[in-house]
Amino acid sequence: MSGHLLTITLLLPLFGAIALLIVSRIASDRDARIVALLAALITFAVSLLVLRDFQTGEPGFQLVERASWVPSLGLSYLVGVDGISLWLVLLTTFLFPVAILASWKIETNVARYMVTMLVLETAVLGTFLALDLLLFFLFFEAILVPMYLIIGGWGSGNRVYAAIKFFLFTMAGSAFLLVGILFLYARSGTPGPATFDFTQLGSVAAGLPVQTARWLFLAFFVAFAVKVPLFPLHTWLPDAHTEAPTAGSVLLAGVLLKVGTYGLLRFNLSLFPEASRYFATFVSVLAVIGIIYGAVCALIQSDVKRLVAYSSVSHLGFVVLGIFAFTLQGATGGVLQMVNHGLATGALFLLVGMVYERTHTRELSEMGGLASVMPWLLGAFLFVVFASAGLPGLSSFVGEFLVIVGTFAVSHLFGSLAATAVILAAIYLLWSYQRVAYGPVREEHRHLPDLSGREVAVLAPVLALLLVFGVYPKLLTRSIDPSACAAVAQVQPAPAGSCADVGVPAQQVAAGAQP
Amino acid sequence: MVSQAHGLLWLLPALPLLGAVVNLFWGRRLGRYAGWLASATVIVAFGVALALMSQLLAKPAEDRLFVQHLFSWIEVGRFQVGADLRLDDLSMTMVLVVTGVGALIHVYAIGYMANDPRYGRFFAYMNLFVFFMLMLVLGGNYLVLYLGWEGVGLCSYLLIGFWFDVPENAEAAKKAFITTRIGDTLMLVGLALIVFRFGTLDFDAVFGTAGSVLTKDAATVIALLLFAGAIGKSAQVPLHVWLPDAMAGPTPVSALIHAATMVTAGVYLVVRSHVLFELSGVALTVVLVVGLITAIYAATCAIAQQDIKRVLAYSTISQLGFMFMAAGMRAYAVAIFFLVAHAFYKALLFLGAGSVIHGMHDDQDLRDMGGLRHAMPITFATFAIAALAQAGVPPLAGYFAKDAVLEVAQHTGRDAVYVLGSLAAFLSAFYLGRMLFLTFFGRARSDAARDAHESPPVMWVPLAILGFGVATAGWLNTTPEGRLAEFLREVTGLGPGGNGLGVLELSGIAVGLSLAALAVTWWIYGSGRVDPFAFRERLEPFPRAALHGWYVDRAYDTVLIQPAKAAAWITAYVVDARIIDGFVNAIGFSVRRLADRGRVVQTGFVRSYALVLFLGAVLILLYVGVRL
Amino acid sequence: MRTPVAYYLMLSGILFMLGTVGVLTRKNALLIFMSVELQLNAVNLSLVAFSRLHNDLTGQVLAFFSMVVAAAEVVVGLAIIVAIYRRRRSVDVDDVRELRW
Repeated sequence: MSGHLLTITLLLPLFGAIALLIVSRIASDRDARIVALLAALITFAVSLLVLRDFQTGEPGFQLVERASWVPSLGLSYLVGVDGISLWLVLLTTFLFPVAILASWKIETNVARYMVTMLVLETAVLGTFLALDLLLFFLFFEAILVPMYLIIGGWGSGNRVYAAIKFFLFTMAGSAFLLVGILFLYARSGTPGPATFDFTQLGSVAAGLPVQTARWLFLAFFVAFAVKVPLFPLHTWLPDAHTEAPTAGSVLLAGVLLKVGTYGLLRFNLSLFPEASRYFATFVSVLAVIGIIYGAVCALIQSDVKRLVAYSSVSHLGFVVLGIFAFTLQGATGGVLQMVNHGLATGALFLLVGMVYERTHTRELSEMGGLASVMPWLLGAFLFVVFASAGLPGLSSFVGEFLVIVGTFAVSHLFGSLAATAVILAAIYLLWSYQRVAYGPVREEHRHLPDLSGREVAVLAPVLALLLVFGVYPKLLTRSIDPSACAAVAQVQPAPAGSCADVGVPAQQVAAGAQP
Repeated sequence: MVSQAHGLLWLLPALPLLGAVVNLFWGRRLGRYAGWLASATVIVAFGVALALMSQLLAKPAEDRLFVQHLFSWIEVGRFQVGADLRLDDLSMTMVLVVTGVGALIHVYAIGYMANDPRYGRFFAYMNLFVFFMLMLVLGGNYLVLYLGWEGVGLCSYLLIGFWFDVPENAEAAKKAFITTRIGDTLMLVGLALIVFRFGTLDFDAVFGTAGSVLTKDAATVIALLLFAGAIGKSAQVPLHVWLPDAMAGPTPVSALIHAATMVTAGVYLVVRSHVLFELSGVALTVVLVVGLITAIYAATCAIAQQDIKRVLAYSTISQLGFMFMAAGMRAYAVAIFFLVAHAFYKALLFLGAGSVIHGMHDDQDLRDMGGLRHAMPITFATFAIAALAQAGVPPLAGYFAKDAVLEVAQHTGRDAVYVLGSLAAFLSAFYLGRMLFLTFFGRARSDAARDAHESPPVMWVPLAILGFGVATAGWLNTTPEGRLAEFLREVTGLGPGGNGLGVLELSGIAVGLSLAALAVTWWIYGSGRVDPFAFRERLEPFPRAALHGWYVDRAYDTVLIQPAKAAAWITAYVVDARIIDGFVNAIGFSVRRLADRGRVVQTGFVRSYALVLFLGAVLILLYVGVRL
Repeated sequence: MRTPVAYYLMLSGILFMLGTVGVLTRKNALLIFMSVELQLNAVNLSLVAFSRLHNDLTGQVLAFFSMVVAAAEVVVGLAIIVAIYRRRRSVDVDDVRELRW
């Protein structure tokens, strides 16, 4: 049983979806919700087993499962986790039950909605777990359809436009990815069998002429850059986030965007190290622009969901910057931020959704004074606002700081520019919070209810994690570190031999100073 | 210095943290007890601090260092930051000030906030603030310090905007947080640079090797970035604009955060990092100049304020300027002593002002006051002591502190600083006298003043205790090389020394200036022989300009804020919506247009289909024919 | 004396062209069908002529195939036309325009 832990985690939501499909003929809406929640919770529990079985301190892939699919074509079913994907998997299995619980108030086509959610979960888990490139691509594309359905079917006003835009934009990018994958596959035929196995394609890619590798890097890059989203390929995100239902936004921001950054770290760096170095400045410039641009655009938004969407662009720019600094601190900080952003921005969308359910508006100008009406809701909101703004003691700070430190090692300029986002984040976050929570209350909002028990159950775990990971990030970094180190070392071999030395000056501190 | 592990340092910040958590979740149910609980945690913390102090004093000077490593906070490769606490002479002094003055203010607040519906929340935030402030001064490395640094900023935000249904309060809170964040971010860049150069943020490691690791220029950059944080937090020019507005918060908040503790964090930072500043040289000069400019600027603004709390706000800015002046001249012990004395008398002034406001039924305007010394004798007495202390009347604490700063200036040959500093001191005494006489002397100028009454004991007992402290604190450091300086020597090093005018001459000049200022203000504001309002009228437009801080706020708005908003609007709605997204939409649009053009071919007419078939066949035949 | 093959081919070509013109210009579906038959028969004629030329029976066999296919096509086509006529009372080909954009 334990030998197939990853597959079980991967397929459980899918089985849940099938079960739900069968049962939905006779079951009520309420039963559908419960079945879905159970499926997601069980998946989370199984993923905790994965966590337990994971050996921290090991850089390579663990719990690998391999099965032949179409041997003559070299297609195989190959899954595994390492320090980087482990926490992304856990983030996914954690956020899905939260999102499902947050979707309790959906009334139309409940069963169909829940089925779509569960299928989405399997697709996302697949992208994080797959080590066979075609399998990865399969899951990568598989994400698009359920998300498209969720946005288009249960979203708000402009949902059809947003859903189509999301779908076509992402698919256009992944067309390039497919070309890249097939090219590598074609080249892998000699010697040995052709394969899509990621671990083996690394050596294939190493044998390619430099120019070809650079083109391939770009092919992979485009697909992931759309998903991150990296400036200037980001414009699908504000619309998608704004029009999606609450749970859709939570998952989109919390998990789907990470697929892009994960792809960059996992594939672009390992398969094309020389190209990564060649394009590093270019990518870093885009990342820094995204950081500042996203924050500036967020400043002036009147729709609170759109504001959070732009803040995602800004935060994920940090992640990309950290990855392409090729230092251990930057890479670990980037992965850490992937998790942190998922939690913090996910929480923001949850809270915004709760406010929307009560006030039926997303316009900041139509709110105000809600803190006196719903102190606990807005208190949680304030907590998340400060977590998102990078208050030390809460999780985002450590990630941001590590990225800044890691970037400083290679470029003072980029590091400083990235730091300005800290100021901008405070401005747009506090200003929007003020317009929601402070000042006079509108007559129609005077009697809105505060948090319900279900809503507390949705928020409390997320907020608790934000605090725990802020105070003791070692929980995460001790497993992320070795894998991030390995990833970085492939691009930038460390001078002293250990990638832990990259980014922090070799000149070491007097022995007695470190307790 | 040999450090010694101490197992109980964590107790100091843990107590107020516990109080904060309890009050946050169960404050409602505790009712009246919330305030007493919060005060108790700080009082007990003060007791613990005293115990630790005695343990510290029992050791020889070189060994006065306790450290406690709580856990490993960040550990990524070779970059490690521990949750480290550090108790040396400097942090001991700060801890005593924070917990001592803090405890008194908490007790006072029990009375002041008695009727507030969110009483429990208030004390939760106050305790949380004390927690973060203690982390700031107890931090053994720059990151723990930064944790406290940002944390007090958070609490400041929460407390300034405590009465958030009034939009101005929320606005002031936001302004405070963002303005200080600008400084904080520059400081963060400084921290990143320290990591880049040293590989660690630990104080001992950094200060021990700074001489060999840093070039003068690198040290300058780092020191200036750190000082930028201090400028923000300690409201120095040009990031001072948040402090006067921060008076929107309840008066105990103003006393605790914006007088005694948070704003002094900048001074603490500079003194703690003095090794870096001294390596640079330039940085110290910058500190001195900024402090001097701020001291004079803020004093001129204080003279013209009509709100009693705003006078005190600008006064605080000015006094902080004095502290930075001292630090800029390497007289760190003097700066810290000034900090301690200032904590006492400024807190007392604020609490006294709160008592006045309380008695005036929430009227804060000086123009409405007058003759209150009859109705509120205890408040008057303590307020007067504090005002005289800050004005520099011996033998109260402020006299020794201010004198020390000017003495150092004179003795180190900085005559310009000495003269300008004395000018600032004169202005200080002036605005203090004005405030004192307008409030407590003359005839009552409004009904509120006529109906005024003294505050309850829970409020005036802390006032009395502070008054006693103000009167006696001078004992701590009667000269620049006094007892406190001796105590701090391990951390701060010796003062700058130097030679110049003797003690009597310097005191004579200083006291003379103070008394002269007090005399003038007595005559204008207190004696009744001059109409102060007419007097002010004749001086226009200067009083109005000074009232508005010489229009710095307006300048920021015009030059920075409005253009930034416009730029943001353009970025979001033109660049993003029209250009970038426009490009994306254009692609979609052109595909549709192409498709529209293309589908015209499907006419539905059988004959045209037949024709196309025929033509196609002809083409194929031609092609084949040519090929063959 | 044998008739030159060229005459047969010319006749075939003329017949084919007549048929093509008929297909392209006629409005009546039945007349279009007749023209198609004309085309097919023209092709049959040329097939037989070539068979004669090369003394190879393949051409004549192909002609048989062609005739069979023509017959089948006529059956299906006429059935469709009858069905359309029943619906619309018209065999005008311009009236059947549904398969358009």
